[in-house]
Amino acid sequence: MAVIHDVMPAFELFQPASIGDAVALLNRYADAWVMAGGLDSFDWLKDRIKRPSVVVDLSQIEGLRGIKALNGGLEIGAGTTLTEVARDPLVGDKFGLLKEAAGLVASPQIRNQGTIGGNVSQDTRCWYYRAGWTCYRAGGNICYADTPTAINREHAILESDRCVAVNPSDTAPALVALDAQMVIQSARGERIVDAEDYFIGPAIDITRMTVLAPGELLTAIRIPSTWAGAQFYFEKVRDRNVWDFPLLNVASAATYSGQNNIERIRLVINAAAARPLRLRAAEAAIVGKPRNEQTAELAGQIAVQGAQPLRYNGYKVPLMRNLVKRAIRGGDRWSS
Amino acid sequence: MEFVKWGLNPWGQNILTHVSWTLFWASLFAGVMFLVAHGSYMLLSAHRKRSAAETDRLEVVHARLPERIERHSLMARAFHWVMAAAMFVLLFTAFLPVVGVKFAWVTWHWIAGLVLTGSIIFHIVHATLWLDFWSIWVGPKDIPEFKAEILRELGHDVPGPKSGKYPLGNRLYHTAIVVAGLSAVATGVLMMSRVRTPLFTRNPYLFGDGAWGFTYVTHGLAGVGLVGLVIAHVYFAVRPEKWWITKSMLLGWITRRQYLEHHEPERWAVGANPPTGRT
Repeated sequence: MAVIHDVMPAFELFQPASIGDAVALLNRYADAWVMAGGLDSFDWLKDRIKRPSVVVDLSQIEGLRGIKALNGGLEIGAGTTLTEVARDPLVGDKFGLLKEAAGLVASPQIRNQGTIGGNVSQDTRCWYYRAGWTCYRAGGNICYADTPTAINREHAILESDRCVAVNPSDTAPALVALDAQMVIQSARGERIVDAEDYFIGPAIDITRMTVLAPGELLTAIRIPSTWAGAQFYFEKVRDRNVWDFPLLNVASAATYSGQNNIERIRLVINAAAARPLRLRAAEAAIVGKPRNEQTAELAGQIAVQGAQPLRYNGYKVPLMRNLVKRAIRGGDRWSS
Repeated sequence: MEFVKWGLNPWGQNILTHVSWTLFWASLFAGVMFLVAHGSYMLLSAHRKRSAAETDRLEVVHARLPERIERHSLMARAFHWVMAAAMFVLLFTAFLPVVGVKFAWVTWHWIAGLVLTGSIIFHIVHATLWLDFWSIWVGPKDIPEFKAEILRELGHDVPGPKSGKYPLGNRLYHTAIVVAGLSAVATGVLMMSRVRTPLFTRNPYLFGDGAWGFTYVTHGLAGVGLVGLVIAHVYFAVRPEKWWITKSMLLGWITRRQYLEHHEPERWAVGANPPTGRT
């Protein structure tokens, strides 16, 4: 395993005070490391696995912080801390799903420091990759987690394509469920990407978790009014409830018609693949159906179709099936 | 310039991982530069088919030949175009992501690789049993033709030997494509053991790190080499003075006049009623 050193390798540190300055720096230094809260970054830097020559620290940019109402929805600065997101009354009133997801990230100390932009853009936790070995994700030609003797209890059961790492974010599935949009700025201007498309799996690019390219900066997250006040469900399963990454988490947003029939629904699972997976087949199968045990069972069965567990993560298949069922039915009862 | 990529395995050893994509750009550049240089040269180069008078004389001698002479059988043409389609899919799926066009390419790549492998196996059997196997290869017998071609390239009017069924450049190209293509196919089939396919169970431990590194680098070198080779092939296929060859790969035949203008009848013997298939 990697050895954590007391002192990081030297790099040139920039602390821009505006988004424009940050974008200019990223345009000037193509290999610059972007640091928000630093919680993922310092792991990499102190392990000396990543050795950037330039680090751009975003913590001084006021323009990246804050939550404001926008067209019936919200705009959240990418530098807003997870604590601020979880405690914000605007978020809590309309988008309780995000409030709950942000409030379940790691520990209070980490939520005080970590940003929502960093949480959705963080790298995978695969320890083979983070140990610095040259796996597929690190530009090599093997996945050490997908070998017969690998320890892969936390790895992917879906959409594996050479690499079996998973996305560890808690807020990402909530944002996909809320149909959020990611505002990205670069020297070429601004582009807006649906949260669902912001995250990419290894089939598309095995070395990246998001569509962010060198020189690009996630500056804000916009949540439209589409799902404001809908019924939400978020559940995170982890080894240690006080502080851990998810083994799986599920987020859903739904509206119901008069007879308690499912009118609209978005179902998203994370930590099952390298990106939050929107369960479109399950959604399509249950729209118009009553919210009951049978419908929940149907969605759960559809959700895990195609799952390919590894040696040690077979438990994720029934776990995912049950989380999806609970997301539809409500989380007060387990079934297997 | 970096030619190969190195990495670190769990035992702290340096291991070969990939060919550097710098070589892709080098091959692309070389291919484009070749066609620019050749195209410029051909604007000034002499036309090198037989003179009209000499061809007329041969027409009299070979008057019993049919008007249309089969150059490529239907099976040979089918192989060529299937292989070409597979090759294009392989190159685009391999290199579009390198240039920034991101998509799920791996499945398309290995399916096209299997199509190419199957078509090559078919071609080897077909060429061995039904075609004139040695007509496409180069060897010591081609030295006089090689000398004559070089002198013609240098502007001399050389009456020396013309080619047999395939022009010398065609045969040299075939040799290069055999080396690059078989290297890519052989290593690609081995690399399939590292990805999930419905065909067999993954076995990432088929080789050690060193052998895998060699396999990936060989695959990469063959791949970037094929970029330049395919550019050259497409270029020659669309050149006006080569169009009669390209047309024969579509229709299967050339005219008697073209046969006599470009070939040595002694080196590519065509009967009055050539048997179909043995072309």
